[in-house]
Amino acid sequence: MSIENLKTYDPFAEADEDTGKTTQAQESYIHIRIQQRNGRKTLTTVQGIPKKFDHKKILKVIKKEFACNGTIIDEAESKGMGDVIQLQGDQRNKIKDFLIDKDNGLGLKAETIKVHGF
Amino acid sequence: MVTSPTEETEITAQSHTTKCTSPLPVVNGASTDTSQAPVVSAVESPAADGDADGLDLSLMKKKKKKTKKAEDGDDATPAEGGGEDAAAAEDGGLDLTLKKKKKKKTTKETEDDFAKKLEALELEGKDGEEAAAAESDEQTGDMDKGTGIWEHDETKPINYEPLLDRFFALLTQKNPDHASSGAKSYKIPPPQCLREGNKKTIFANIADICKRMKRTEEHVTAYLFSELGTSGSVDGSRRLVIKGRFQQKQIENVLRKYIIEYVTCKTCRSPDTELNKGENRLYFITCNSCGSRRSVTAIKTGFSAQIGKRKKMQG
Repeated sequence: MSIENLKTYDPFAEADEDTGKTTQAQESYIHIRIQQRNGRKTLTTVQGIPKKFDHKKILKVIKKEFACNGTIIDEAESKGMGDVIQLQGDQRNKIKDFLIDKDNGLGLKAETIKVHGF
Repeated sequence: MVTSPTEETEITAQSHTTKCTSPLPVVNGASTDTSQAPVVSAVESPAADGDADGLDLSLMKKKKKKTKKAEDGDDATPAEGGGEDAAAAEDGGLDLTLKKKKKKKTTKETEDDFAKKLEALELEGKDGEEAAAAESDEQTGDMDKGTGIWEHDETKPINYEPLLDRFFALLTQKNPDHASSGAKSYKIPPPQCLREGNKKTIFANIADICKRMKRTEEHVTAYLFSELGTSGSVDGSRRLVIKGRFQQKQIENVLRKYIIEYVTCKTCRSPDTELNKGENRLYFITCNSCGSRRSVTAIKTGFSAQIGKRKKMQG
């Protein structure tokens, strides 16, 4: 029989496990960035889409839906940033809607998405 | 006092209808009530607060609270009616103004406990107000000169609103900094953007803005570059040269984000904060007005795609 209040808990124990979890949670932000190219052209990069999704399939859908080209930059190429989806043009709002959308998108939480840029 | 039950139900009914749509309906009701009866507003503001609290809770379970609320109202009305009668009997000989005020008050109360307390308060304050009403309704006089109601020997109680006016007048008079910090918003000069050549933007007044925000230029620059996904340099007269074309509006947006993230205190919203490097490479914001301290994320550039220079890369 266990009483909830009497469980042994060492307040001075190393809180390593907890901190590990929180850092993971912080890492799980999805960053949407924009970069300027020459002229009015821009690039949109999406970093940190969870691994459980198939990035290739996502890209295929996105390319069709947003009518833009794009590539996946894999981990080796992005210098430890993980897989990055790179799209042509300013697709920040569209991709954010896509990531949040439950029916036709990934259904992610809006809080986990950070849109950068101007 | 016959009207009190109907008005009571009216209020509850109002909260019923609005509950579905807006989260704080009773507060609305309270505010309108206080505007109707400014004389009692000081006494009644706790009631409004109480209601608001109750409602906050109710956000969790809308339906349940709603029924409970109705019960409260039902309970309150008879008991209150009794109290009212007693009070009415007591001030039977009073003039119209007082009666009117009383009626207003009855519309407010929802909990009988509170009603009784209020009753007591009202009875205490009655004598003085009677005198005031008899004197004449207007409470005039020059505050600075100390005439009329503001006279030193004046014994009759001053109404709530003139007192409030007096408070703010004195506050702005004696302590202009304090008053302005509460009322005015945080102002930063708009960023000045010039175009250098075709591909570079000059952010001219970055030094000024940084001084205003009490942040180092390096920190702001690092944030700007990481957000805009570019690079740049500082020129001879401490202006920032950013690669790429940016309009003033865009820079302003980024600055606004910076202020939200790295300048304003999350607890008290004050922009009077300091950014220091704490232990183990973390940055901390310490608020100068409320003393809170929180850590902020370091500026990370993240992934940036390779643009141009393809030939150089390969070669």
